[in-house]
Amino acid sequence: MDQLLQHLANAVIVGGTYALLGIGLTLIFGIMRIVNFTHGELYAFGGYMMYFFAVVLGMNFYMSIAFAICAGMLLGAAIEFLLLRSKRGADIDTTMLIMIGAWIVLQNTEHLAWGSIAKSIDSPFAIEPVTMGPISLSRIRIFVLIVAVALIVATYVLINRTKLGKAMRATFQDSSTAALMGINTSAIYTITFGLGSALAAAAGALLGPVFVVTPTMGDLASLKAFAIVILGGLGNITGAVFGGFILAFVEEMGASYISSGYRDAMGFLIIIVVLLFRPTGLFARSERVG
Amino acid sequence: MNRFLPLIVLAFFVSVPLWLTDQYYLHTLVVCGIFMLAAMSLNLLLGYTGQLSLGHVAFFGIGAYVSALTSLGFSVSIFGYQITHDPWPPVVGVVLGGAVAGLCGYLIGKLAFRVRGAYFVIVTVSFAEVIRLISLNWIELTNGPLALPGIPPLTLGFEPIGYLTLWDKAANFYVVLTFIVVTYIIIKRLIDSPYGRAMIALRENETLATSVGISVTRYLVLAAVFAGTIAGVSGTLYAHYIQIIDPAIFMFLNTVTMVIMVITGGKGTLAGPVVGGLIFGIAPVILRKYVGPEVQWILYGSLMILIVFVLPEGIVPAIERWFGRASAKNSELALEPGKGARS
Repeated sequence: MDQLLQHLANAVIVGGTYALLGIGLTLIFGIMRIVNFTHGELYAFGGYMMYFFAVVLGMNFYMSIAFAICAGMLLGAAIEFLLLRSKRGADIDTTMLIMIGAWIVLQNTEHLAWGSIAKSIDSPFAIEPVTMGPISLSRIRIFVLIVAVALIVATYVLINRTKLGKAMRATFQDSSTAALMGINTSAIYTITFGLGSALAAAAGALLGPVFVVTPTMGDLASLKAFAIVILGGLGNITGAVFGGFILAFVEEMGASYISSGYRDAMGFLIIIVVLLFRPTGLFARSERVG
Repeated sequence: MNRFLPLIVLAFFVSVPLWLTDQYYLHTLVVCGIFMLAAMSLNLLLGYTGQLSLGHVAFFGIGAYVSALTSLGFSVSIFGYQITHDPWPPVVGVVLGGAVAGLCGYLIGKLAFRVRGAYFVIVTVSFAEVIRLISLNWIELTNGPLALPGIPPLTLGFEPIGYLTLWDKAANFYVVLTFIVVTYIIIKRLIDSPYGRAMIALRENETLATSVGISVTRYLVLAAVFAGTIAGVSGTLYAHYIQIIDPAIFMFLNTVTMVIMVITGGKGTLAGPVVGGLIFGIAPVILRKYVGPEVQWILYGSLMILIVFVLPEGIVPAIERWFGRASAKNSELALEPGKGARS
């Protein structure tokens, strides 16, 4: 029982960052109809920017996270502006091919720029864990969970409570009518992509100090983000949050009670099972944002 | 001209081992041919049925592993039963590898074609990733990350004639070339048949095709079985030629290589994957002298983006249109619109 509680706590901790990755991807798909293969690379980029600001420049830990998130947002906006703006309205396969190309370019640029040796980032948190009854958790991971939840809530408020969020939802529902109502839909697309990328970079910047930063860290992150988003239904933000926690829970249980080697396979098995029985995701109302 | 072009190209490639004595270049061509074969099978899905399958490397790898294990033998225990398999000749492995990959094509096709677009792509990627993780973790069978070394090369021949083991590169070159020619003819026959026309109809307008009575899943699954089998056979050739395989064979980048070959050459054309395969099979040899592997991949990625922007149909349709225009001018014969764009 104690062991089970510990596993549950671990799942919640990991689920926070998974949810962060998932909502970034689902937002981009929901509003722009683009399967973003660069999502994992932006996650890795966030990790590297964290390394750059915190270790190379020696900046404050918390400031570095903020800067890394901003850098991710700028890179995302640049990708949208350069590669996707002129392909608006193209079919989904065309943009997918562009994003795969961009993914390869980004990953190998990271290889070239930082080398293939993993980088580690020191955190200002004490190493000894916090113990609550039978559960013990490391301090940095609790910090990561708190920031992740704060960012998820902020995104939720942004989309549901602000004028910009209203414009994003309107663009999602009917982009031509939204444009007729005076919404600059091109700007909305760039902002959406930047926001989704910022969330991916945030996940990378938060997990960088927990694990290490490597050029290939984005591959698995991309694939897991796909699994999370499929679980929740493409374009469904609430679904992605639940999807993140469900995936973390299944992985944790699978790894501890079945086989740790297949931890990463759980997500894909979930995808296959979900699509077999509920092709539109577990939380399908209809595909929508918000 | 158009009739004889494939024969001229074929004659050229038959002559290659006679004058190309550099073993390294010959090796490059053999590997290039194997990937070209896989790209031709991917083209069936990507080009003719219009389904962007990004799990193609799974069929390739399954073929390679099945054939390697058939010819090496193995001993595993499943649910307490010990299953031991003694080594069989590599030729049997090639047949079995193709068959098992085709069966996987059937199963995954039945599953994945329930969904379309983004969902389909993600299912195919997941499928390949699950297979990669199995090959990495089922150490008793696959030897995991330690690889399967010492796979015997292909042996051809019959009892009264004698046997020929394909140790040298020229012999392997001819085997791969034969497979490419046979596959080319099979795919051409398939596309020219009512089955092929049904597939193309599905690509062009699925709703319309369904309304005239074309069973969507049936034809898509059929394409997946053909594609899986051919990719599986190319994987078996790879295993017996390289003689060592490990789970890295399932890398997503290998799928990307096949996709780049198809879209650069021209998806939905017979010659497209051949042209694209040659370009991307030979490019590394030239690039290797100047740049490292990272820069090479950056160039591939950039080229992929560039092709989508500048030449979305690929090289072959562009050349065909160019020649078509030239000959139409000469003979003052108007071409039917769209003819020759996809053959």
